[in-house]
Amino acid sequence: MTIGIVVFPGSNCDRDVRWALEGCVGLPTRFLWHEERDLSGLEAVVIPGGFSYGDYLRCGAIARFAPVLESVLEYAEAGGAVLGICNGFQVLTEMGLLPGALTRNARLHFLCEPARLSVAPGNCQWLKGYSDGEAIVLPIAHGEGRYQCESEQLAALEANGQVVLRYASNPNGSIGDVAGLTNPGGNVLGLMPHPERACDPLTGGLDGMRLLASLRN
Amino acid sequence: MLDPAGEATRAAAARLGVQGVRSLRIGKAIELELEAPDQSTAQSQLELLSDRLLANPVIENWHLELLDLAGEQQ
Repeated sequence: MTIGIVVFPGSNCDRDVRWALEGCVGLPTRFLWHEERDLSGLEAVVIPGGFSYGDYLRCGAIARFAPVLESVLEYAEAGGAVLGICNGFQVLTEMGLLPGALTRNARLHFLCEPARLSVAPGNCQWLKGYSDGEAIVLPIAHGEGRYQCESEQLAALEANGQVVLRYASNPNGSIGDVAGLTNPGGNVLGLMPHPERACDPLTGGLDGMRLLASLRN
Repeated sequence: MLDPAGEATRAAAARLGVQGVRSLRIGKAIELELEAPDQSTAQSQLELLSDRLLANPVIENWHLELLDLAGEQQ
């Protein structure tokens, strides 16, 4: 039961995710350098936050072509559990595992603050530890977190129960207050907030713990 | 779609004293040189690049036009 953590040049939350999974949740991890292709023996894959390849061109645009993500795409399509946090969410949309795109925050500022969220777990396996409509607080830290998609696309996502995390007070202009999305199978979750920074009461609270601990059972 | 950087720049134009800038959008210009055996291959390669790498069609529009450059190799 090992969790893979993708590491791109420019990732900067890879060690936070390792700290949360190993130190707080108690699960072993393995770093997956962007040139690796071998995902054997992994229970799940996390694409962490940061600035993959310097976020050149667009956030996540270059990362999408990394060899490791070819394997992650196959892994997710076969039902494997994949979590994309912040830059990882941007990467998931560029890969096409989740629809839409994340763009510059409406008021341009980089936002680094606690965000109140409402959870609608549906069939998302990462969120099975939360109740429907539960209010939680997770930290956000992003300059490009404004979720965008066609309005018909948003309606379809809402009808399918794929909008699993919403901002209670929209900080960045995301359409539909979207903070996190799951895929139809519920095995892929992309979110802008950082659950790995909310796994200890001293640093950011505990509301992210159940998300990562969903891997334990 | 809202272009917040364009809107901020438009507001700055007004502060500079230039009134009447009704819209201002900021995009990207990409210069590339491509070797291809013929024009139709070049066109299809450029379309692939534009659609799959250089632009994200979910949030960006792109436009490709081949220009005749007099006296230069196309």
